[in-house]
Amino acid sequence: MDGWLGVVIMIVLGVGFAAVMIGLSLLLGPKNPTPEKLAPYECGMPAVGDARERQSVKFYLVAMIFLLFDIEVAFLYPWALAIRDLGWPGFVQIVTFFLILLVGFIYVWRKGLLDWGSTARRPRRDVSSKAA
Amino acid sequence: MFNSVLDAIVPMLCVTLAALAAMGAEAFRGRGERMPIGGLGIVGLLGAGISSALLWNRNASSFGVIVADNFGLFVTLVLVVVGILTILFSSQVVERDGLPAGEYYALVLFAIAGMMMMATASDLLVIFIALEVLSLAVYVLTGIRREDPRAIEAAFKYFLLGAFSSAFFLYGIAFTFGLTGTTHLDRIGSYLAAQSLSDNPLILVALGLLLVGFSFKISAVPFHMWTPDAYEGAPAIVTGFMSTGVKAAAFAAFARVFLSAFEPFSADWAPVVWWIAAATMILGTVVGVAQTNLKRMLAYSSIAHGGYLLVGLVAANQVGKAAILFYLLAYAVTNLSAFGVIALLGSRDKPNDELRDYAGLWQTRPALSALMTVCLLSLGGLPPTVGFIGKWYIFSAAVGAGYYGLAIIGVLTSVISVFFYLRVVVMMYMQDRGADAPVVQINAVSMAALTVAIVAIFYLGILPTRVLDLATQSISTIF
Repeated sequence: MDGWLGVVIMIVLGVGFAAVMIGLSLLLGPKNPTPEKLAPYECGMPAVGDARERQSVKFYLVAMIFLLFDIEVAFLYPWALAIRDLGWPGFVQIVTFFLILLVGFIYVWRKGLLDWGSTARRPRRDVSSKAA
Repeated sequence: MFNSVLDAIVPMLCVTLAALAAMGAEAFRGRGERMPIGGLGIVGLLGAGISSALLWNRNASSFGVIVADNFGLFVTLVLVVVGILTILFSSQVVERDGLPAGEYYALVLFAIAGMMMMATASDLLVIFIALEVLSLAVYVLTGIRREDPRAIEAAFKYFLLGAFSSAFFLYGIAFTFGLTGTTHLDRIGSYLAAQSLSDNPLILVALGLLLVGFSFKISAVPFHMWTPDAYEGAPAIVTGFMSTGVKAAAFAAFARVFLSAFEPFSADWAPVVWWIAAATMILGTVVGVAQTNLKRMLAYSSIAHGGYLLVGLVAANQVGKAAILFYLLAYAVTNLSAFGVIALLGSRDKPNDELRDYAGLWQTRPALSALMTVCLLSLGGLPPTVGFIGKWYIFSAAVGAGYYGLAIIGVLTSVISVFFYLRVVVMMYMQDRGADAPVVQINAVSMAALTVAIVAIFYLGILPTRVLDLATQSISTIF
């Protein structure tokens, strides 16, 4: 267990340093609270309303779709860096990956999840039947 | 097929392509328009079945992490059977309950692709990815009836506990990697073979965490809490799907990890699994006796069946390993058709899964009640059904390995379980059909599924040798 002694010392020092610092500021720091100081920090702007507000469930869907396509980009960066080493097999793989996500994108689009507003779930097939 | 690097994932590719096609079809489906999306899934599954038959004995491997050895291919074939039966039984249910067909079938197919990956993966991280692929699809399937509060509750419980178990599993992988420096099963095995427990007590931590993760997925006691609620709340056919498919995939990975990578430490984990198996068999059976809801009863019965499978894992001799594979097939066919019957009996507003809904079913639907009787007898392990052969091999493996205690517990719990299976049979044949009893309608596709199921149960029960030989062959290549 000798190898772990350094880790233990590190933990003790880290926790101790934080505790001492917070303790000192509690003991020695001047305390002069004003309403502005007690308000939650919102990028320096005056706070508007409560944070516990009801959000539209649509944000949830958008966030979920964003996550999916964000991951797509997250895969794209390392691939772009290693593109020369990976060559054509790597290209085929990333295109396959995109095609799979593309099916998901078409699905999301056709299902009307990208439409904002009260008519989000409008009946499909309207356009095509009129055209025909 | 072409000796390429993709060979081993061809079965998965077939299923995934079918799933993507199902999603595409759903995207362009008009409201109320009918499309043969289920048929698409069957085509994909048949492709997977044919390609795994062609890969048999070839030991193909892809990317070094997916190995299509005979063990994995056997489980893949079991999963193909599970998938086809599920889709056949679903056709009527999807239409009746107004479920979104494309989404439903796509999720089933994605889940099966994940299961196949889990059965053939030879790297802990790939097993984890497969576990997540199949779990996420099955969570959604559990709650696919969004208006039903019980389904939502079931999905939520399943999701939360499943997420916990995934965390345990991942932690186990992390410890294993920390100890051995690899996540590849073969390399873990060869590394651990040179280790002893006194040098490296942390191996027990890794083993324990992986064991907890797997036990959650196969709903072994004491990690079974989610099972009855999730199984009761989900649509009956989804319950049948997840109680067979998820269990088959999880058991395949369980057996692969514990019988190959952690085989050098089997003396350390076998006693623990012994106790888990015993507790699972006993609790599943004893609590099952008290149930009046058929889905809940079968949920406990499936817990008990997980226990029987664990017996094969503890025994870990050649008979035991082959018995696990055969039992997975036996259990999959039988349990899935039992849940299929329950699904057919339901209606859009009411699941009709209480025991009294089955009173006098014989008078209106003789064929359906006959099939249910066969399924229940097979689950109870009575000859000449497949359940008997499966249990016989499991218990003979336990006796052969010297685990007499487990064999005795297994036989006793089987006897008790026959009580609650027969209670349903008595209800169907010896009671009068009530005036408010549900009317049952069966379409041609469901009829086909029922026929396939009953033929399989009797074929495997009377002439099991062929399939047993395949099972024995498939374990000889890897363990």
